[in-house]
Amino acid sequence: MRYLPLTDVDRRDMLARIGAKSVDELFRDVPQSARLGAKVAGLPDHQGELEVERAFQAFAAKNVSPAVAPFFIGAGAYRHHVPATVDYMIQRGEFLTSYTPYQPEITQGTLQYLFEFQTQVTLLTGMEVANASMYDGSTGAAEAVLMANRVTRRHKALISGGLHPHYRGVIQTAARWEGFSAQVGTPDVDGLEDLIAGIDKETSCVVMQNPSFFGHVRDFAKLADACHAAGALLIVVVTEVVSLGLIKPPGEMGADIVVCEGQSIGNGLGFGGPYVGLFATKEKYMRQMPGRLVGETVDADGKRGFVLTLSTREQHIRREKATSNICTNAGLCALAFTVHLTLLGEAGLRRLAELNHAKASQLADLLAAVPGVKVLNQSFFNEFTVRLPKPAAPVVEALASKRILAGVPVSRLIPDDPAVANLLLLAATETATDAGMAPLVAGLKEVL
Amino acid sequence: MSTFTGNKALQIEEPLIFEMGQAGRCAVDLPEPPKVKDRLNGLRRAGEIGLPGLSEPQVVQHYTRLSQKNYAIDMGVYPLGSCTMKHNPRLNEKVARLPGIGDLHPLQPQSTVQGALELIDQLAHWLKTLTGMPAVAMSPAAGAHGEMCGMMTIAAALEARGERAQRKTVLAPESAHGTNPATAASLGFTVKPIPANERGRVDLAALKAALGPDVAAIMLTNPNTCGLFENEIIDIAQAVHDAGAYFYCDGANFNAIVGRVRPGDLGVDCMHINLHKTFSTPHGGGGPGAGPVVLSAALAPHAPYPWVVRDGEKWRIAEDGSTVTGAPIGRLKAFHGQTGMFTRALAYIMSHGADGLKQVAEDAVLSANYIMAALKDVMTPAFDGPCMHEALFDDGFLKDTGVSTLDFAKAMIDEGYHPMTMYFPLVVHGALLIEPTESQAKEDLDLFIAALRSLAERAKSGAEAEAFKAAPRFAPRRRLDETLAARKPVLRWRPSNTFKQAAE
Repeated sequence: MRYLPLTDVDRRDMLARIGAKSVDELFRDVPQSARLGAKVAGLPDHQGELEVERAFQAFAAKNVSPAVAPFFIGAGAYRHHVPATVDYMIQRGEFLTSYTPYQPEITQGTLQYLFEFQTQVTLLTGMEVANASMYDGSTGAAEAVLMANRVTRRHKALISGGLHPHYRGVIQTAARWEGFSAQVGTPDVDGLEDLIAGIDKETSCVVMQNPSFFGHVRDFAKLADACHAAGALLIVVVTEVVSLGLIKPPGEMGADIVVCEGQSIGNGLGFGGPYVGLFATKEKYMRQMPGRLVGETVDADGKRGFVLTLSTREQHIRREKATSNICTNAGLCALAFTVHLTLLGEAGLRRLAELNHAKASQLADLLAAVPGVKVLNQSFFNEFTVRLPKPAAPVVEALASKRILAGVPVSRLIPDDPAVANLLLLAATETATDAGMAPLVAGLKEVL
Repeated sequence: MSTFTGNKALQIEEPLIFEMGQAGRCAVDLPEPPKVKDRLNGLRRAGEIGLPGLSEPQVVQHYTRLSQKNYAIDMGVYPLGSCTMKHNPRLNEKVARLPGIGDLHPLQPQSTVQGALELIDQLAHWLKTLTGMPAVAMSPAAGAHGEMCGMMTIAAALEARGERAQRKTVLAPESAHGTNPATAASLGFTVKPIPANERGRVDLAALKAALGPDVAAIMLTNPNTCGLFENEIIDIAQAVHDAGAYFYCDGANFNAIVGRVRPGDLGVDCMHINLHKTFSTPHGGGGPGAGPVVLSAALAPHAPYPWVVRDGEKWRIAEDGSTVTGAPIGRLKAFHGQTGMFTRALAYIMSHGADGLKQVAEDAVLSANYIMAALKDVMTPAFDGPCMHEALFDDGFLKDTGVSTLDFAKAMIDEGYHPMTMYFPLVVHGALLIEPTESQAKEDLDLFIAALRSLAERAKSGAEAEAFKAAPRFAPRRRLDETLAARKPVLRWRPSNTFKQAAE
C-alpha cells in the first residue's frame, strides 16, 4: 500500500521490541464483542492511483462544469478567476501540511500570513481588528450574534429580510439551541425594509447584509445610529467580498461587527466549501471575539515575530467559559485569500470590482429588454433580482437542459412562499462574457 | 557571526507585504471595464483602501520565503499528539481540483450536479459502514462544529421526550478536549467532571454514581486523550442509556481503530469524525476542517439539513422547506458542507479500501507502542500497558533537572522535529503526548527515538539546563514573547508600527 512505509519485517521487529506476539495484543483493551475478526464487511479493497482518479473522473462526468456553460449563479458563492499563483502557493507542502501554529518558532510562515490576512480584512471592511478567519460567512454570522449577546448582555437579535436565507437559518439554529431570540423580517425583495422601527431596549443586535441577498446596496449609517442609541450592535454581512473594492466599507457606515464570506477572493466554488469567513470588529470588543488571533511580538533576540494570542478567550484554556467552541479556522483558505488579494493589490481589486459591476450592469440591461422580465433593483453590485412572468424554478431547469446555468430561483432558498416564486437571482462577475450572455437572453425568450 | 542582510543562507528575513508595496505595481492584468451607469446608490468607495501593490514575482518570492519558515508533515516526523499529522496524499488534491468537481456551484440545478451528490452519498456510505451507524450528518464544518451538531441532536431528542428542561447536566472526563465543555456550556448544559481511575480510564463506579435523571449525556473521547482505549466502554454506554442519557463520543481519535472497531458496536449515539485526522485531508495551517457526525437511530431524526437522498439512480438534496423530513435541529452552515474535504477524504478512503484502513489503524497503534517501548526507560510513561495511537509521558523524568516539558519540546525543534503535544491532557503533569501516525518509516522512527533518548539523557545529566532554556537556537525565530503579545495586542499592521528593525 503506497502510503504505508512499514514492511512486514518492520512490523515483526517492532512487535518484538514491544514484546507483543501480534498486533491484536495491542488492541486487547477493546471489548471482545466489539473486535472485528476481519476487515469491515461490504466495502471494497484498496485501489491504485489510476483507478481512484478514474472513479473521480466518472463523478465529474456526471456534472456540468461552469467552465463549459454560460454561468450566472451567485447567491452567496461567486465564480471568479483565481490566478494560477494562488493554487500553486497553497499547495506548497510547508503550508498545506503544517498545522495550527502552536510552536511559533517553526511556524512563522503561517503566523505571518495570518497577520497579513487580519490586516487585509481590517482594510477591506474599514474596521479596527480582525481574527484569523472563521469556517465561512454563515457560521461567522451566527458567531457575531453570539458575540453581540455577550457584549450587550441581551438576547434578542433582529434579522434583516435581506440576509441570505442560509445565514438566517444558521442564526436561527443557534438561537433555538443556544437560547436567544432571533426575529426575522419578511424577504426584503425591494430593498426598502425599515429595520429601525424594530429596535428596542432588548435588542442585542441587528443583522443586515450589504449588498443584500437580493442585490440592493444600502446606506445603513442611520440604522447604525439607531442601533447605538438603543445600545445594540450593528452586524453587517457581506457575502460578495469583491464588492468592498467599490462600495463604501461597513466600518465607514457605523458597523460594529463585519462578517464576510471570503470565498470570492482566492477560493474556488468547490460545491459549497471549504470557504473562509472574515470577522472584523472594533478594538473595544477585541476580547469578546471568537476564533484564533495572531499578534506581533519579539523573540529572545529582539527580532519581530508572530504568535497566537489572547488565547484566554479560547476553549483549550477557558473550557466551559470560552467565547466559542471553535478551535480551527480556515487556515489554507485564508492563505488563498491573502495571496490572491496581494496579487490584486489596491489597483487590481478596484479594477476587478469595477469589472464585476460593469458586467452585471450589461446583463441587467439585456434582461430588462426581454419581454415579461422586470429587473427589481435600482442598485446592485454584481448581482440582482428579476421577476419573471412565471415560476423561476422550472425556467432555470429548462435552461439547464440547454446547458445554460441561469441563476438561482429564489424559491430554492425561500421555499413555500408564493411571493418569491417568480423571482430569479442572477450574478455576473468578470468571468461573464458577451458570448455567454447572448444564449441566456435567447434561451429566456424561448422558455418564457 | 551576523550577516549584513540578517539572512542565514536559506532563511531569508521577510518584511510584511505592507512594507513592500509600490503604487503602480499589480500582479493581475484585467481589461479596462466597459463604461456603464453607476448603480451603487451613491455609495462608491472613496479614498485609498490601503492595499499594497506588488508584482507576481514578488508575491511568489514573498510567500515562498514565508513557507520556508514552517515545519510540515512533508518535512518529517510531526508527532503532535491528538492532531494526527499523517501523510497528505497529493492525489487527494488532484481529484479535488478536477473540472466538474472543484468548480461546481452549490446552487447549480440538481440535474447538473448528480456526480457531486453521488460523491457525497458515497462518502456517507463509507462513514456509516466503517462506524456501524445508521445515519450521518455531513454538513458540520469542523470537529468542534460536529460536536455542536451532535450535542444539538441530543438536546433535540431530549426536547422530543419532554426532558430537556430536566436534563441539564453533561458528564465529561477532566482529560476531555476543551471543545467538549465549551460546546456543552454554549448549549446551556452544566458540565460535571467525572474522575479517571489509576489506569487513565473513566472510573465506572464514579460514573454510575453521577448518573441520574438530571443527566443529558456523557461526552467521552475513545480512544481517550491519554491514548488509551476505554476498556469498559460497553458498560459505560449501557449505564448511560439505563439512566436515560445519551452517549456523545468525541471521534478525534477514530484513526486508531478505523477498520478494526465500529463505534456503533460500542453503544455510542453520535460521534464526529475529523476528516483531517482519520482521512488525511490537509491540516492547512489550522483548517479548513470537516466534521461529519454519525448518528444512532435515536438521534437520526434530528440530523441537520441539508442531506443527500438517493432515488434509484438519481440523487437529490433535501435542503429547505418541504423537502426536509423528521425533526431536524435546523441548518448549521450555508450550502452542503465542506465538499472539497469530502472529495479528498473519499480519495484517501478509496485508495486504502477496507483492507488498507485496517492496516492504517494497526500501523498507527504499532508505531506508538514502539515509541513507548523504546523510550519507557528514559522517559516516564503516564500509564502502564499498551497504548493505542499515541504514547503519553509525564514530566517525572525531568524532575529536579531544571528542564521543563516546554524546554524539552523546544530542544526537539533544534533536532529538526516538531514537538509533541505538551501539557495536554491536563490530567497528566507536564504531559508529553507523542503520536507518530502510520506514515513514518521505521528508520525515521528509530532516528526520532534516538534523538529523544539523547535529549532525555542530556536533561538528566543536570548540566545542560541552561542550554535547554535557550532552545531553540537554530529555528527561524528563538522563543517568542507571548506575554508581551497578550499584554499589548498588535493584531494588524499600521503604517506607524512598521517594525523598527525592518526599517533599518
